[in-house]
Amino acid sequence: MFGTAAPSGHHGGVKVLLRNPRRELDVPGAMQVSTLLSRLEINRESVLVIRGDTIVPGDAWLNNDDDVEIRPVISGGDFTAADLA
Amino acid sequence: MKCRVCREPAIIDIRRHNANFCTEHFLRLCRDQTVKAIEEFDMLAPGDRVLVAVSGGKDSLAVWDILLDLGYDADGLYLGLGIGEYSDSSGEFARAYATKRGVKLIEVDLPADYGYDIPTGARAAKRVPCSACGLSKRHLFDQAAIEGGYDVVVTGHNLDDEAAVLFGNTLRWSTDYLGRQLPVLPARHGFPRKVKPLVRLGEREMAAYCVVKGIDYIVEECPMAVGNKHLGYKEALNAIEATSPGTKHDFYFGFLSRASAHFRPQAEGEQADLLPCISCGAPTTTEVCAFCRLVERAGGQMPERAPERSPEPVAVSLGPTRSAGAGQ
Repeated sequence: MFGTAAPSGHHGGVKVLLRNPRRELDVPGAMQVSTLLSRLEINRESVLVIRGDTIVPGDAWLNNDDDVEIRPVISGGDFTAADLA
Repeated sequence: MKCRVCREPAIIDIRRHNANFCTEHFLRLCRDQTVKAIEEFDMLAPGDRVLVAVSGGKDSLAVWDILLDLGYDADGLYLGLGIGEYSDSSGEFARAYATKRGVKLIEVDLPADYGYDIPTGARAAKRVPCSACGLSKRHLFDQAAIEGGYDVVVTGHNLDDEAAVLFGNTLRWSTDYLGRQLPVLPARHGFPRKVKPLVRLGEREMAAYCVVKGIDYIVEECPMAVGNKHLGYKEALNAIEATSPGTKHDFYFGFLSRASAHFRPQAEGEQADLLPCISCGAPTTTEVCAFCRLVERAGGQMPERAPERSPEPVAVSLGPTRSAGAGQ
């Protein structure tokens, strides 16, 4: 995973914040959101991509100097137990 | 990408609906799907006193927000689990939301009120943490609802949660669990009614709802849940959903309409044998309920007996189940 990304701190590229665990990456080049997720091998069903306070859809273009957060939406926990009376 | 409704720029694509939505129409979709679930399964009635189980996460805060916007009389209940910084943060998000909306948040704290926390309770009872957590939540939500005079407990379980549970129960053919996996659990045997108004909405939509509405929630995963099997089930289902949108919806709603009834007799038979716990009075199939056994093993403070929790059944009918694939 993340074969085309470098740890944040390198020059250029889209700066990406990932969670669980929290870490940052630089992904070189302007690209669409869907391309970014493909390059990072992330299933789009499992995340939201957020720029500033705004959700960005899959066909939106990201520029070289953009900061985005790829926020996981899957939560775990007491599913079985919570479903039982 | 254009909104399906107004053709303005869209913020989110929902592939199982084969549609994109702008902010305004996405929020309307969330509200309408919640209303549809409430009506379809007779979850809530006008004037019901509603208690929302609030964790500080996206789903519980979203369902509370939607119900308040719909005009329901809905208080929140936050349960402090004693899971270090995670519990500290999640409690802050729950309190911040309640303050922002000016609504009532009831708080129960496991370490302060019962003398144990989830990590130590799980170890003492030789349960996995999610099991000890679920058991504690279930008991204390029920108790708070009964003692507080609430008509119904609302949880934030969404379509992804329900599909993942169904997936796990089906893989193991846990027929007793399958018989109880319903969007509405009617009040009976001293238990309050429990409903899941978000079953028509996915968790990606609930996260998006919170972002759009400016609702801050805890994004970090519970450290006790990392690596649990239900996260794996969700990942597996999302991998299928990526190439076959709508699979989770059809799986869950197809189960409700075509399979669920086959498993109900077994589950209902088990519930007919409930008696009051000799320690706390809660309905149970054993002399001492699982919660009291957990508290005792964890060295905590045993709960006080609540004699008003009658084991007598209270008749509440289920709503009709929908047809799979229809009305998405």
